[in-house]
Amino acid sequence: MATVAAVIASTHHPFYYKASTSAGSDRPPFADEWVAKIAAFRETLTAARPDVLVMVGSDHFHQLWLDNMPQFLIGKAPFYDGNWYNEEREFGLPRMFLRGDEDLSAYLLRQGMDAGFDLAFSNELRIDHSITCPLITLRPEADLPIVPVYTNIFAPPLPQPSRFAELGRTIRRLVESWPSDKRVAIIGTGHLSLELGGPRQFGPHGPDPEFDRKAVSWIASGDLESALAEVSLDSLWLPGNATHGFMDFLLMMGVAGDGAKADYTDSLDLFHTMEAYFTWYPEGTQ
Amino acid sequence: MSKYLVDKFLFTIDRDPELVERYRADPSGTIAWWEAEQAGLILNCHGQERSTWHAFTDTERAALASHDYVTLFELGAHNFLLLTLFIALFERDYAEPLAFQREFAARLGHWSLPYPDIAT
Repeated sequence: MATVAAVIASTHHPFYYKASTSAGSDRPPFADEWVAKIAAFRETLTAARPDVLVMVGSDHFHQLWLDNMPQFLIGKAPFYDGNWYNEEREFGLPRMFLRGDEDLSAYLLRQGMDAGFDLAFSNELRIDHSITCPLITLRPEADLPIVPVYTNIFAPPLPQPSRFAELGRTIRRLVESWPSDKRVAIIGTGHLSLELGGPRQFGPHGPDPEFDRKAVSWIASGDLESALAEVSLDSLWLPGNATHGFMDFLLMMGVAGDGAKADYTDSLDLFHTMEAYFTWYPEGTQ
Repeated sequence: MSKYLVDKFLFTIDRDPELVERYRADPSGTIAWWEAEQAGLILNCHGQERSTWHAFTDTERAALASHDYVTLFELGAHNFLLLTLFIALFERDYAEPLAFQREFAARLGHWSLPYPDIAT
């Protein structure tokens, strides 16, 4: 059976690529510290020696639209193009090209449906920055096959937070039962408190530092019970109008396991939103 | 109210570099053209298979024609679509990085929770 080599959860800040590659007067003052933190975070994936990456993210109205909106979708394609014109325009992100692992995609789809998740699928998926940003930070070579998993954190009505956690638990169980000798890293990105297109956006910190402090503590300690007791679809509006992306962290906490303490935790307080990075090693510390 | 149609407009303009420039230069003309010819297109379907029932309200049409993102926010346009497209339209006119984004926030500063409902 396959091995879960690492479980990784992080924010996906689309400005990292530009900040880290800029020079001279264009280079923001926080870039060096950010790059150093990302280099250390990247090492946590490298050390796990993965063969395949399951990548959990959320399409930001790129390919998925309100006329046909899936709640949970898994890509099943031999290849994935990455990034979109408006992400090049706004964030300077490069076009990317990834291989897929169709065998693992097919397994997760079939077994996931049989386990109670009626998953949508896509045989032609152009991935966006929710998946390419963690590739840029964690595996810039983009040399490993991926299985994209998209969640709807964006277009109400949304699934309940508990469903995200349960999907994460299911993905963990399924990867561990996949008949393969490969080492699989499961990587997902979400948001802490975040405001987009509202009065609290682009402040000196995230819109709700108190929520961020609690969220980092929940994730680092694997305290899904407290997180699920405290957040709801209604309450997630309070820390910022894009904070439903925290549900992808809940999904990753489900992957890591209830009560699983992260083996690596780091964060960086930036303008607009806080960055946070977590790695678990199910086999034991690398 | 045609919140879905407003979002559809923002979505289809934002993903097309030529339409972004056209909407910046000629908002009224772009709205009129789009509502007449594009609003009914079902994305991913042949052009002959169109929806026949879409129309903006006068308030929506006027807000889109005047680049009035405050009113669009208040009508429940999706916050992400609104921000992304308006950054593309106007960030270039500001010398300081993020100055447009901060002005956008300030102009919505009279809003507290709950914000207008974005559900479609």
